[in-house]
Amino acid sequence: MPQSMRSPPSSQAARRTGNIALQVALVVIVGGIAYAAIHNAAQNLAEAHIASGFGFWNNTAGFDISQTLIDYSASTSTFGRAFWVGLLNTLLVSGIGIVIATVLGFAVGIARLSRNWLVSHLAGGYVELIRNVPLLLQLLFWYNSVLRALPLVRGSVSLPGGGLLNNRGLFLPRPEFSPGFEYVLVALLLGIAASIVLRLWARRRQDRTGEPMRIFWIAFGLIVVMPAVAFVATGAPLSFSFPTTGRFNVMGGVEILPEFAALLLALSIYTAAFIAEVVRAGILAVPHGQTEAAQALGLRPSTALRYVIVPQAMRVIVPPLTSQYLNLIKNSSLAVAIGYPDLVQVFAGSVLNLTGQAVEVVAITMAVYLFISLVTSLLMNLYGYAIAAEER
Amino acid sequence: MLKGQIMMNIMKRLATAFAVAIALCLGAQAAFAQSATLKAVQDRGVLNCGANGQLAGFGMPDPQGNWTGFDVDFCRAIAAAIFNDPTKVKFVPLIAANRFTALQSGEVDVLSRNTTWTMERDTTLGIDFAAVNFYDGQGFMVRKALKVNSALELNDASVCVQQGTTTELNLADYFRQNHMSLKSVTFATIDEAIKAYDSSRCDSFTTDSSGLYASRLQLADPNANIVLPEIISKEPLSPAVRQGDDTWEDIVRWTHYAMVDAEELGVNQHNVDDMLKSDAPDIRRLLGVEGQFGVSLGLTKDWAYRIIKEVGNYGESFERNVGQGSPLKIARGLNALWTKGGLQYGLPIR
Repeated sequence: MPQSMRSPPSSQAARRTGNIALQVALVVIVGGIAYAAIHNAAQNLAEAHIASGFGFWNNTAGFDISQTLIDYSASTSTFGRAFWVGLLNTLLVSGIGIVIATVLGFAVGIARLSRNWLVSHLAGGYVELIRNVPLLLQLLFWYNSVLRALPLVRGSVSLPGGGLLNNRGLFLPRPEFSPGFEYVLVALLLGIAASIVLRLWARRRQDRTGEPMRIFWIAFGLIVVMPAVAFVATGAPLSFSFPTTGRFNVMGGVEILPEFAALLLALSIYTAAFIAEVVRAGILAVPHGQTEAAQALGLRPSTALRYVIVPQAMRVIVPPLTSQYLNLIKNSSLAVAIGYPDLVQVFAGSVLNLTGQAVEVVAITMAVYLFISLVTSLLMNLYGYAIAAEER
Repeated sequence: MLKGQIMMNIMKRLATAFAVAIALCLGAQAAFAQSATLKAVQDRGVLNCGANGQLAGFGMPDPQGNWTGFDVDFCRAIAAAIFNDPTKVKFVPLIAANRFTALQSGEVDVLSRNTTWTMERDTTLGIDFAAVNFYDGQGFMVRKALKVNSALELNDASVCVQQGTTTELNLADYFRQNHMSLKSVTFATIDEAIKAYDSSRCDSFTTDSSGLYASRLQLADPNANIVLPEIISKEPLSPAVRQGDDTWEDIVRWTHYAMVDAEELGVNQHNVDDMLKSDAPDIRRLLGVEGQFGVSLGLTKDWAYRIIKEVGNYGESFERNVGQGSPLKIARGLNALWTKGGLQYGLPIR
């Protein structure tokens, strides 16, 4: 190397040792400060007679939560259980929000590049309107407009299929499974597995022979018709309990709270505007020559988009898309403004106040968001590597 | 306005949580040392008082920004005793969920914000309650149109409630005890909870009954709503201070008792100057004509005279803010003097 020609090896080694020593010293100092801060906090808490530690975790919570995905009762469940309820509610709204935001964002991003004037300007207007208004205001808008627009329980709107809609939420029929339904599930899973195998086989065959193979109808038969036959053969082991209006509220059925709906709408619509821009940038990053080449090969625009443009654009899209997913997850904590029982509302709200242990509760909450975000990043990075590997 | 307020509340709440974490990490030891609070207040020239900010009659700024209310008067009384000036108070609006952290971290010197004295709070939060200055209990409000006459008819009802309160716990207890099913909808601030109730998101709204009367006035049509007769809990409301500064706790405690003693002895804002000439030994000790009682608190001997002169006695503050002189018209009830069938009992100054 030219550098080692210029400086004698001994001085370079000395510099390297110095660098390492510097870094070790830095780690020690940072670690020391962290230790001192924690030690000092513990000491001050003890001096101020404030309870510390995580003993509260197994104490009875005593408060009610409006949406629980796991069994929870105010009388017997613990603060720890309330934590899990809040965490699951956060994951639920984030997970569904990410799916909706992605679908909507891709649609709007592609629409914005449409040659149709109306479509591209509608998409452009959507992006500019949504991403320039603070999310909290949008959330309050959805919550208050959703609440005000919906009828009272007594005037519930009946939906086709037996659902009910009113200002307490959306109530759908609850499926009730009788014995025998497991055969339907098995048939469905088998159908899906067989379709995946079929598709892989068709791909390989196309690679070998160049002949494309239409597998749609076969897959339809496997995934839809086969379970349907199993369903009829086992004597239709499925019934629905329909929601009915009681004196105050709707009884029975699956309940979707207005708080959940408002938060989901606000998060998905807001994040979709950013994803649309990410997608647009990604597509524009693919050189125009690629489109022309696809045209020259005789591919239709939709086919070209699907097989030529998007796969190349994805490599550009994935890293900023990850940031948008992380934003959505963290923004879900705005739930506290409208009373949706997410992690912040339940744990950093009710639990913090009832136990008074701000340091522990806030630390746990921050660690959880960090963990969720890191896992999301990891998954997205893996996906990024998977699609980048195709590059030649 | 409201949206901004919610945003502020959220920011504030996070900020407080961080503040307490940072304060505890960096070592705000001075704030917990003996008698330090009074000195800090005197050096600062102003008392930092944690107040409600949203509860009419107890703590709320009027459109001009002047804070009024029963809890506000209490802080003004402390300021009067220290500075002889009831305006030397900085009111810090706190929501239920951040009030204790604000007190623990030293953001406020005293918490005078309709806070229930419970054993858990007293023993685990590092705070002490000074004296019960309002005996309250939790109740329910419903729309008249529902034709509900008792809280026991609320099976399956949705109830709006403020998070991080004893109210939240009593609500769950009451429904469980009476084998009723509950759908609670929890909000961070009382304003949000009332707004949701007013837009029919809930069938009922629950809080301390004093708060129900105050909240009812904020509804679009107050007369279309009634407060149900059941009182489902004991809510002894008390000002609170940080644990470990006993002299400061004494100042807060005796501010309350001085106001009750004044009412018992018939000393009020209007006759207090005449009462200085009274022969009654109790009155002479209260007003500092005899003895050095204020001095042992680190104040002057006319400390109680200042309180009564500037703010009034307990009954005056009650009637002016929440009683017959206010839109709330809350009866004295348990808060009447013990001589009139209530529970307010002034401890002797001697």
